[in-house]
Amino acid sequence: MGAVVGTLTMQTKQSRPSKDKVDDELEMTMVCHRPEGLDQLEAQTNFSKQELQVLYRGFKNECPSGVVNEETFKHIYAQFFPHGDASTYAHYLFNAFDTTNNGSIKFEEFVMGLSTLLRGTVREKLEWTFHLYDINRDGYINKEEMTEIVRAIYDMMGKYTYPALKGDVPKQHVDAFFQKMDKNKDGIVTLEEFITACQEDENMMRSMQLFENVM
Amino acid sequence: MAAGVATWLPFARAAAVGWLPLAKQNMPKPPVDKKTRSDEMLFVNVSGLRFQTWKNTLDRYPDTLLGSSEKEFFYNEDTQEYFFDRDPEMFRHILNFYRTGKLHYPRHECIQAFDEELAFFGIVPEIIGDCCMEEYRDRKKENQERLAEDTEAEMATDTPLPPNSTSRERLWRAFENPHTSTMALVFYYVTGFFIAVSVIANIVETVPCRPPKGSKKDLPCGEKYSLAFFCMDTACVLIFTFEYLMRLFAAPSRCKFMRSVMSVIDVVAIMPYYIGLVMPENEDVSGAFVTLRVFRVFRIFKFSRHSQGLRILGYTLKSCASELGFLLFSLTMAIIIFATVMFYAEKGTKGTNFTSIPAAFWYTIVTMTTLGYGDMVPNTIAGKIFGSICSLSGVLVIALPVPVIVSNFSRIYHQNQRADKMRAQQKVRLARIRLAKKGTTNAFLQYKEDGGLQICDGDSTAVCLKNRSSFEHQHHHLLHCLEKTTNHEFTDEMTYSEMCMTESVGYRTSRSTSLSSQQGVSTSCCPRRAKRRAIRLANSTVSVSRGSVQELDTLQVQKSSAGPQSRSSLNARTEELKLNCEDRDFTAAIISIPTPPANTPDESLPSSPAIPGILRNSRSSTYTHETVKISSL
Repeated sequence: MGAVVGTLTMQTKQSRPSKDKVDDELEMTMVCHRPEGLDQLEAQTNFSKQELQVLYRGFKNECPSGVVNEETFKHIYAQFFPHGDASTYAHYLFNAFDTTNNGSIKFEEFVMGLSTLLRGTVREKLEWTFHLYDINRDGYINKEEMTEIVRAIYDMMGKYTYPALKGDVPKQHVDAFFQKMDKNKDGIVTLEEFITACQEDENMMRSMQLFENVM
Repeated sequence: MAAGVATWLPFARAAAVGWLPLAKQNMPKPPVDKKTRSDEMLFVNVSGLRFQTWKNTLDRYPDTLLGSSEKEFFYNEDTQEYFFDRDPEMFRHILNFYRTGKLHYPRHECIQAFDEELAFFGIVPEIIGDCCMEEYRDRKKENQERLAEDTEAEMATDTPLPPNSTSRERLWRAFENPHTSTMALVFYYVTGFFIAVSVIANIVETVPCRPPKGSKKDLPCGEKYSLAFFCMDTACVLIFTFEYLMRLFAAPSRCKFMRSVMSVIDVVAIMPYYIGLVMPENEDVSGAFVTLRVFRVFRIFKFSRHSQGLRILGYTLKSCASELGFLLFSLTMAIIIFATVMFYAEKGTKGTNFTSIPAAFWYTIVTMTTLGYGDMVPNTIAGKIFGSICSLSGVLVIALPVPVIVSNFSRIYHQNQRADKMRAQQKVRLARIRLAKKGTTNAFLQYKEDGGLQICDGDSTAVCLKNRSSFEHQHHHLLHCLEKTTNHEFTDEMTYSEMCMTESVGYRTSRSTSLSSQQGVSTSCCPRRAKRRAIRLANSTVSVSRGSVQELDTLQVQKSSAGPQSRSSLNARTEELKLNCEDRDFTAAIISIPTPPANTPDESLPSSPAIPGILRNSRSSTYTHETVKISSL
């Protein structure tokens, strides 16, 4: 009889955790965000009305609640890089877009980021990149931050690469980067050093033009 | 790839700006997108019901009818719309799939009609969302089973035998499907009749008959008419033996037949007779012989060949075996507990029936099932108390859980089935995701192999490249940018493991020189690796293992004209691409793999599966401008 009672109690215990998860999900979907008006956004960004419309339709379709949280963002980004693990880099990218640091990207932040990347001046683009690399937002890029970013990028390549990733390839990459960027060899890269070094590199400037017709 | 992701692709590409400062090489040029950027609205007329949607919505899934150029076949110039002569109700669901990315199955629709619509519009049913997947699968399986039953029934009765089947096959078929021929039917009924006769004879021969004249004792009929019964038994056994031997002869797989349940029952049914024949008329042995006659009752199981219901019952019991076993186990526990208690309670009493714990088992069972025969009763007060507790708990233990357990059986059974189904679906889902992932990774590698990384004019692009959607072009461009940033290329698992294997092969340590190009590519990272790769690429596997490697350090600049000559034998298609494309922008040195005198790359290289993979990469790298690969031996 004890065995019967035991099995009956075991059945009830399993049902409880699933209920909590359902409640959590219910809460999340209640959050809804509406962006500012189309005119305001057009004034603040470099996009035309049509472009904003297309962007918003896509955004709203993917995220009906109007915000992207980090998990969704990582998931989306991982779809583009199926070879490796894109979650770390997606995390840094998420932080770069999330200018208000509240853990979710609203449509305005999304569109501002895109506007800088696609329609901004060279200086604005470089500033954005600098903020991407500067993980702790202290205004300087040190070797640790750079190593983390580079490691995250190499993670996206996955395991099966040619030539194979042996040795500490990210570290060497970072060393090469610092050699180029760090003019006064003080171990950190400031915004001005970064911008100056990038503007000196003609190939990079040329490559920057390539991404303008993405939209 | 989930096509909702297509909306995020421009964002991912824009974010690639973040790689630019880190990139060691220049970024490749993005694919030229000739399509107009502005979004237009499409009209789709399905049997009179007009749907309107954005073109971008349909373009999300380029491998379906509506997302590809196949819909142009249905374009009506006069009305400026796409006309489909299909079910408008179903089309609603299909269009919703494009809009939301999830395909839902309408429960009121026929599953076959739905499948046909999906097939027409080029949508695979596997992408049905989780919410509707179970329903879809269930309905589909039900439908299939129903169809299978129908076809089976048809086949069994109507389909004539192939004309050149052997008599053995015909015999087997006659046994399995008695309705096929009259002879089989006759045999079927005859065996059925004899089974019934045999069973009834077994029963009747134990009934007491009137004693013969001159004796007062009642005799069982078996002994009075022993000859008659013996003749009947012989006849039955003869028929059964004949049937068994015929089946054995006709069976397509004799071992399998002999292991099947029905044949075991057959053997058990006829064995006692033969053993009885063989055994001598000995007093001691005849007791055992009598026991054997019990097995004759198994003949009743032979009816299961004639009755579908019995077979289903047997199958159900077999499938519920674990639940029944658990019930038995818990009952056994209760019985042991109470029997022990009763034994020790009644131990002191004189002349008690509770002589041992196993003897008390009988009392416990009889009391718990509330039978109460009364052949064993406790005498002591403690015994009576525990006896009453035993009977009360018996009511609880047996009467109460039985309906609970019965409903549990059906619930657990269905739950298990559902869990298994979901696990199988999950496995299928994961496999599909893995396949899709592999598909995207392989797509990029295929893209590279097809020479998609070159910048060509529109006319001269290979046909295979033209068929790729702009989404694919842009996505591959993004992956290419990542390759350039990290100065490593994507390969597949096979080639990677091949490379790892060759590294474990012994290599000769040789002077390694590091060469750097104008781009400042650091070679210190893997000179040895590059060397071994060079060995691999240049030689065949055999020569590598033999270690016949020469030391070379050469730096050759390959111009566009020289390139194809060394590789022309390998792939004519890429050569043709190469000749067509004109802008080659060599700003860096391109090193070709130096060849030891033993083999030259012009010879046909061994077609082992691993090498082409590696060769593919090296080939593509020689064709892309600004790739630097150092090889030093």
